[in-house]
Amino acid sequence: MTTTETKLFQTETEELISGSEAIAIACALADVDVITAYPIRPYDTVMQYVSKLKADGAFDCDFIVAESEHSQFEIVKHASAVGARTFCGSSGVGWFYAMEAITVTAGLRLPVVAMVGNRALDDPGAFGVEHNDALAVRDLGWMLAWVATAQEALDMALLAYRVAEDPRVFLPFAVSCDGSFLTHSQALVKVPDMKKVQRFLPPYNRGKMQLHPDNPITIAPQVNEDWLMEIRRQTNEAMLRAMEVIPEAYADFKRVFGRGDPSPFIEEYMMDDAEIVLVGMGTLAMPVRVAIRRMREQGKKVGFLRVKFFRPFATEEIKQALSHCKGIGVIDRDYSYGSPSFGGVLYNELRAALYPLESRPLILSFIAGLGGREVMVRDVNEVVDTVQRAVDTGVIEKENTWIAVRE
Amino acid sequence: MTSVQDLPQIRGVKNIPVEEFFTSGHRTCQGCESALVMRLMVKAAGQRTIVLGSTGCMYVANTTYYSTPWVVPWMHTQLGSAGSAATGTAAALSSMMRKGKMKQEPINVIAFCGDGGGVDMGLSAISAALQHEEYNLCIICYDNESYANTDIQVSGSSPWGANSTFSPPGKLHRIMNKRWKKNMAPMLATGHPDCKYVATTCASYGLDFTNKIRRALTIGGPTFVHCFDPCPKGWDYDPKYSHELGMLGVETGIWVMYEIANNELILNGASRAIAKGIRQRKPVEEYLTRQGRFAHMTKEDIEYFQSKVDDSWEKWWIPGLVPFGMKEDA
Repeated sequence: MTTTETKLFQTETEELISGSEAIAIACALADVDVITAYPIRPYDTVMQYVSKLKADGAFDCDFIVAESEHSQFEIVKHASAVGARTFCGSSGVGWFYAMEAITVTAGLRLPVVAMVGNRALDDPGAFGVEHNDALAVRDLGWMLAWVATAQEALDMALLAYRVAEDPRVFLPFAVSCDGSFLTHSQALVKVPDMKKVQRFLPPYNRGKMQLHPDNPITIAPQVNEDWLMEIRRQTNEAMLRAMEVIPEAYADFKRVFGRGDPSPFIEEYMMDDAEIVLVGMGTLAMPVRVAIRRMREQGKKVGFLRVKFFRPFATEEIKQALSHCKGIGVIDRDYSYGSPSFGGVLYNELRAALYPLESRPLILSFIAGLGGREVMVRDVNEVVDTVQRAVDTGVIEKENTWIAVRE
Repeated sequence: MTSVQDLPQIRGVKNIPVEEFFTSGHRTCQGCESALVMRLMVKAAGQRTIVLGSTGCMYVANTTYYSTPWVVPWMHTQLGSAGSAATGTAAALSSMMRKGKMKQEPINVIAFCGDGGGVDMGLSAISAALQHEEYNLCIICYDNESYANTDIQVSGSSPWGANSTFSPPGKLHRIMNKRWKKNMAPMLATGHPDCKYVATTCASYGLDFTNKIRRALTIGGPTFVHCFDPCPKGWDYDPKYSHELGMLGVETGIWVMYEIANNELILNGASRAIAKGIRQRKPVEEYLTRQGRFAHMTKEDIEYFQSKVDDSWEKWWIPGLVPFGMKEDA
């Protein structure tokens, strides 16, 4: 960024920036207090931007370079308990290295916001995107959203703080960005001014849960079988309340910033009268949108549903959106070895969500784009053709297909 | 850097504050020296203190939901996270006070860990914490020389030859733990140029312990205190001898009491007297034979143990500092 950053945040500007830079700016706009970094590609670019913002005096935060991802997440967890707004992040096996800290953060109901620069898990090494890293926390009490553009990355990061820090929720929030395709790709982004952000995002107030000598509480004593079930239940109810808080915050976001989709949870693309719907997350949206637009030009009734929030999962909204189509092709940028039908993670979630429908559309699983392999328009065409064949014959020959893979 | 509290050194046991910040509500074992460490630690620090506690017996035995002995704010942290917990807490206080989000005041930040959490798993996080000269924090390792909470398993801080559930003497192997105890405090002192204070102590010497905590909290920046804690359950002796065993550990020269403040080594109490030749080291046999964990040791084993302790006094140097056995006035 070449403009003077302090000036930048006083007025709304438009900047050519990457997804990582957009989130770094969101941190500055949110006036985050404590940020922890540890290098791993591709998420670490966000921390390079944060450190530069701090070095240039555009952003006052305690920026700590931890000695491991585990410490990175432990440090922000504890800072959050004292009442500081926090940010950290990771990618791939780095996210896994921090897993103990990640799971207790949700257990403690601390509103840490993290960026996951999605990356394939070792071994063997690969820098490119896969969603299995972030998806590993799907059962732990983290809110989990996938974004598709740098603009959405900035917006989602602001929304993340608003929702996570809502006392009705108090849960951590991970913003997932596809490695390279989003973390390193530049696009024009509207950067809001600080005043607008302050109107949308109130200060983090930990209230009676704040760890401070004025409020000498004991946090996380041993509970055992006496109380753990009640505490798990409370976390579950917090996630249920997030289902209400997210639309409320998103409506406010649209009012203050004047942009956004109809729904915070999903994006529907050419879904009207669609007979075949593709479902996916993240930057997959780019080739899918192109392919669908072309097919629509040829009169084919296809649409795309992008799942933005994986947790909480907008079951009712997704059911509603998919109830009228004939066939669904779920494109997973992940795998779940040995799962039902050996399908992807999103596929099995969707299949479970659609089960109560009286007339269920056919649903097929496709695994594509692993390790950062580019998903091409022709791959999307193949997915649609395969779903179409199933719809035409009424028979699913193969529930799960790996796309563009060497046999 | 935020300022530190005014916590003067205490002259004489009678001047130790009477206020308790670690009170009833815990269920530590009879004779638990680590519980005394907790009590004296917060007594020395006072009410404006945040304590972070790693998983270990001082978590599980102290804090059971619906009862807590902690009068000061207390939070659990993960087994290997004492360093990170202290860093995160101190960073939050520093950041929020600087930005006007919290009232300016010096608040003590203490994170404790056992030897499993500190000497083993949490070593890298403690090392990282000791690099942050901008944060005032103190990490205390209560070392009862085993994973005493889980069932007495050997740790990197267990003495050579000790019987534990992971190093039981057997028919073929009498000595299962062949590792010599890690030299934790000097490792931290010499390896961290921004750390102004590292000390070893033992709660058998209450005043020494209390004053070391106070120095650690007032010298500024990150500090480390390593405490030698006899454990009736893990060491297998009558609980009434905890204090005596702590003193025997020092008098035999197995545990050495010192502080390294601003790169200067000062030996304390009996350790100082031994170093200056005023007192003779007692034979390690007097210490070893009082504990069930060494009951399987032969005469040769005890001789080996003695020779290793002799080496530490006569041959070792703390790299970059001074030898334990120095004769001149320290």
